[in-house]
Formats: sequence, structure tokens, C-alpha cells
Amino acid sequence: MSPEQNPSRSFGRRSFLRASGTVAAAGFLAACGGNTGRGGGSAGGKAAISQWYHQYGEAGTQQAALRYAKAYTKADVSVQWIPGDYASKLSSGLVSSNGPDVFEFHPDVQMAKSGQIVPLDDIIADVKSDFTEKDLAANSVDGKVYGIRMIDDPQFLYYRKSLLEKAGVQPPTTFDELIDVSRKLDKGGVKGLYLGLKGGSDILASPLIWATGSELLTADHKVAFDTPATVEGLKKMRELYTSKTLLLGAPTDWWDPSAFTQGLTAMQWCGLWAMPGIQKALGDDFGIVPLPGIGSAGRPVVYNGGWSTYVSAKAKDVDAAKAFVKWLWIEQTKFQEDWCTSYGFHIPPRKSLAAKATKLQSGTAAEAVKLFETKGHYDDPYWTQAMMTISQDMVNNAVVSGKNPESEVAKARTRVEAELKKIA
Amino acid sequence: MTTITTGGARPGATASPGPAAKAKARRDGHGMRGSTRTFWLFAGPFLAGLLLFVYVPVGWSFYLSLFQAQNTVTPTKFVGLDNYADILTEGPFTDSLWTFTLFALIVVPLTFVLALALALLVHRIRVARAFFRSVFFIPTACSYVVASMVWKLSIFNGVRFGLANTVLGWFGIEPVAWIGTVSPPWYWLVLVTVRLWLQLGFYMILFLAALQQIPKELYEAAWTDGARPGRQTFRHITLPQLRTTSVAVILLLLIAAYQAFDEFYNLLPNTPYARPPLVYLYYTALGQGQDFGHGSAGALVLSALITMVTLLQGRIFGFGKADS
Repeated sequence: MSPEQNPSRSFGRRSFLRASGTVAAAGFLAACGGNTGRGGGSAGGKAAISQWYHQYGEAGTQQAALRYAKAYTKADVSVQWIPGDYASKLSSGLVSSNGPDVFEFHPDVQMAKSGQIVPLDDIIADVKSDFTEKDLAANSVDGKVYGIRMIDDPQFLYYRKSLLEKAGVQPPTTFDELIDVSRKLDKGGVKGLYLGLKGGSDILASPLIWATGSELLTADHKVAFDTPATVEGLKKMRELYTSKTLLLGAPTDWWDPSAFTQGLTAMQWCGLWAMPGIQKALGDDFGIVPLPGIGSAGRPVVYNGGWSTYVSAKAKDVDAAKAFVKWLWIEQTKFQEDWCTSYGFHIPPRKSLAAKATKLQSGTAAEAVKLFETKGHYDDPYWTQAMMTISQDMVNNAVVSGKNPESEVAKARTRVEAELKKIA
Repeated sequence: MTTITTGGARPGATASPGPAAKAKARRDGHGMRGSTRTFWLFAGPFLAGLLLFVYVPVGWSFYLSLFQAQNTVTPTKFVGLDNYADILTEGPFTDSLWTFTLFALIVVPLTFVLALALALLVHRIRVARAFFRSVFFIPTACSYVVASMVWKLSIFNGVRFGLANTVLGWFGIEPVAWIGTVSPPWYWLVLVTVRLWLQLGFYMILFLAALQQIPKELYEAAWTDGARPGRQTFRHITLPQLRTTSVAVILLLLIAAYQAFDEFYNLLPNTPYARPPLVYLYYTALGQGQDFGHGSAGALVLSALITMVTLLQGRIFGFGKADS
């Protein structure tokens, strides 16, 4: 083949340009075609409200969210059900003008301080005493309430009763026992313990610090986690990690109970929301324990996660958005009850509703509620996403990569202090 | 164009000199202005796009990098070069640069050698040529996200029923948590194989094109002079003739490695041990951090690095010189 006949030299470059052009165009179209959920303006003079949820794993939740939205008559509410990395999508949505008007998230001081969300004191005023002090505190910045708690989600360790019996061990009450039990349960293709894709370095970062008796921040927002106890906690966690009994690389992360229900692991860190699914799969063959305490000042820990609803300061009509939030998460107690107990299990943050939630008053669910009340630790709104990442990197470096825990704690301290300066 | 315009005064048009002269003047200018207009017609949209989607964001990025831009893209608190100082002190960003360097050191030479080998094989093949060319090129059309998912969920799934672990199981080897373990760092195998699978075909095509451009006469002359086909002609004819393409391929490979995002983001959770610069910047600025100041500073540092490496490479290998 002679060179003259052959257009190949330009082929590479041209096809490359063409290909990259197509990719760019596709990306551009995708960016423009994103459904902002805003419809074509307001229909019939009603306000249009865009409401964002992260993707709940339990069947029926999306239909329920749509049903609530449809039942609201004073505005057209469109629901965006966001799969994948919800926090990232929400963050970029809130900076752009295509963000949600009403959304669910976790308490975050930066959102309040930078004026991305508006205070909701006026709509919660009448029922404030019906929420627990801790829920309100977790959503308050400088004395103003920024979020209405929708659900409380305690997280703890699930274990298979039958597998523990077979191995002749009791549910762990200390961290050393946890390591030991995990070792004994790791046999026959079933791993001992599942703490998620990152070996617990993400989801257990805060609970691990609490379990050593330390705190993340002091009450006046200074670094508090840099204690010898935390270093000890990291060493214990490293011991657990290097025991080779952790399940790693499962298809789903810690928040999904599949690894546990499908018998890939004998124990798993997960939340109350997964309990109905676990009950369905395993019947009574499971129990729960808190994360055991570590060291002399150690204490057993349950992580009280959960979701709250917020109103964006960039909402087209902030008052209409607030009115909708008041209607759904304050007035419509039937819907709130449905949301908390009809799909996954969540503890209703309203005392009056929690008292009526019969599904949570017996069996393991009741145990979970008790753990939530007695051993539960809430998010601190001053512990921002950036600080979470810093502490997770600290745990990951010390536990997974085996770096020196003392220097990792010191490094994390410096970085968290820099973050604190930003919000001071 | 001009021949038309000179005879262009419409019959029946008013004979008054004013408008006619104006019309003529307009039409005379038409030739030159026409080509100017054509130029802007073709170049305009691209220049506008370049300005709007490249230069404005770069400029804005620079502006943001000098501010404390937390949760906002219209910041007010000027901090000078603090963001640059923060991001360049030892921390996750510098770690991410090391991660990238390691990644590039593995993936660039590997792709280069394998793509060249594949091109040589496909070049020599006499049967089903089109088939072999397309079969190696097809993975290039696959999305990084999709490929990452296939690698993560089916091939290198960490549980006992993953494809790789099933194969290991036949030999009685315990399941390996491919992407969940750092000792040994099996996640590199997953990261590198997915990228190889996706990009080999493209670089193979580049080499194939260059191979086909080498004049046959060179080989014939060499054979006449007694050179043995194979290693000798490869070293003294093929390789030197591929110089331009090789330099371009290395440059493209390096830049592609710098841009590594999709497979890291989709294969691995956000862990410090395998976080290349773009993934770190994504989490810092666009992700949960919303720290546009540090994010922009990092992006500009990264751009400067890529530019420097490219220029340096051009110096060393003389990129583009061989063409002229």
C-alpha cells in the first residue's frame, strides 16, 4: 500500500477531533437537557416548587414522595429523585440557578453561614416542643433552626444469631471481642464483618472517635478529636482491618443490607431503615449491637443519622417553598408516619408520632429505638462535609494504608483547624 | 464575484448618482467584506465558544483562586495567594499528584508498547484485516463509566462469585478484594486494565496509520543491502520512521493520564490512596466541599503542570519539528 492511497495520517487526528467534538457536544447537550424539575413556569398561576430527595433504597419510597407532592394543592411540586452522589449534585445545584427550592440533607453550618438556606423558625414555632432537643440542636446555627427533621436513622451492627451460635460466640460488647468474634465467624466463604467498601473508614470515622470517649469538636467549636484515645481507636481499627476477616469489595455499600442477607458476611454495619428487608430475608435470625467502646474511657456508640428538609435561599418563591415544607413536614402527620414506617424503618422525630409508631415498639426495632435514645450520637452542624472528608482520610490512612496514627491525627487536626477558621 | 458586481446596476434603477454610487461602493467592497464575513461566519461560532467556554471560565477560575470562595462563585473575601500556598503544602493535593505520577509511569509505557505491538501484528496480518482492526478499536467507543462498572461489578468484584475470583477459585486460591485492599495494591491492576482495554485500540490505529506511511522502498532497499527482516529492520527503519507518531502518542497518553477521572471516580470510593488530581479537585470544588477557591487554585496549578510537561516534552523530542 503506497502512502498516496492512504489517508491514514490525517485519519487519526481527524477521527480524534471528530470523536472529541462529539463527546463535547454530547456533554453539552446532556448538561442542557438536565431536567431541572421546574416545568415550563407556573401553571394556572400556582407557584412551581422543585423538591429534591436522594435515592432511598426501599421500594415504594419514590411513589410515596410523588404522592405527597401531588396532594399539595397550593403549588405545583415536582419531585427530583437523585441517584448516586447526592451530596455533590446538591452542592452544585445550590450554587447554580438550577438547584432545588426544597431539599433534604444533613445539618451543615456552611450552608447556613453562606446564606444558601433560610431559617425556618416561623414554620416550626407551633410544634417546636414536639421535636427532641437534640434534633433541634443538630439543625440549629446561631440559635436559628434551619432544617425540619424528617427521619431519624440510627446505625449499628447487625449480626446473624445462628452463625454466632454455630461459632460458639456471644455478640461483642468490647472492641477486642468484636475483633475476636469477627475472626471466629470468618469461615466457609462467609466473611466476619462488613463495614462497607472502604472498610469502615468512611462511615465509622465519627463513631470510632466517639467510641473511644472522645468528641469531634468541643461545644464552642474547637478541635477535640486529637486525643491519645483516638490514636488508640485507630490502632484497634487497624487490628480489625488487618485480621483479614472484613468483607471488602462487595457489590453494594454498607447502607444496603444485601451482603448481610445474602450470606456474604455474618455481621454488618447498617441502619434501622434496612430492618424490614432483613426481617423479610432472615426472619428472626438476626440481632443488633452498638459499636463497642474502645479503651478505658470507651463507650458503646450508635450513630444517629437521618435527613432533614431545607429551603434554598435561591428558591423562586421562598415563602411558597416554606409553606409547602410546613404543610408536608409539620401538618401532614399521616404522611410523616407513612414515610417513617411504611417502607424502611425510621424513627419519627416528632415525639407525638414516635409514640404512635407501633411497628417500632416491639422486637428488634424496639431495641434499636432504645439504642438510639441511650447510645445515640447526632451530627454536629459545625462538623462540615470538608471535615468529614478530612477525618475519613485520617482513618483511611491509618487503618487501610497502615500509616502512623499519631501523625495522621496531628495532620487532621491542622486541616480541621483551617476549616474551622473559614466558618468562624 | 467582482465581475458580477460591476454590471450589477439594476436596469430601471433611478439614474440619480447618489444611490447608484452608494450601491456600487457597497458592491465593490463586497468582495473583501464577503471573505471577511465568511471568515467570521466559520470562525466566529468557534471563537465565541472558545471565549465563552474556555477563556471566561479560566479567567473566572483565576479570579476565584484569589478569594475565599466557600459555597459561592461570587466571593468577596480576597486572600491573595493563600489558596495556592495551602494547596501546594504537603496534603491531599500533593498526594494526588504522586498518585497520578505513579499511574502515568505504569500506564503510559504499557499502552505505548502494547499499542505498537498490536499495530505491528495487525499491520502484518493478511486475512480478515478489517475485522482485526475494528475488533481492537471497538472498546474505544465504550464509555469509561460503563467499562468501570463492568470491571467493578462483574470482573473484579471482591466477593467469591466475581469473575476473577471464580477463576482463582478453580485453582483453590482465596477470593481477592480487588479494589478494597492496598496491600497488595490490587486496585492498580483493575485501574490499569480498564484503561488499557479502553484506549489501546485508539493508539493502535495511530500507529497503524503511521506504519502504512513508511515507504516500502525503504525496506526493499534494506533487504537488498542485506538487512534481515525482523528486529534489524524494525530497529533501524520502522522505529525511526514512527518518531513523529511516537512523540504524539506519548504526549496524548500523558495528557489522557493527567485527565484520569472516570475510572478512579467510578471504580474506587473516595480514598486518599487512589485519588488523582482531578478527582480530588472534583470533591473539593464541585463535590461536597464546595470550596471553589482552593479548587480553582488546584485546577490552575494542574493546568500549569500539563503545559510545562508538554513544552518540556516538545523540547526534548522536538514535537512537530519533524513535520516541517
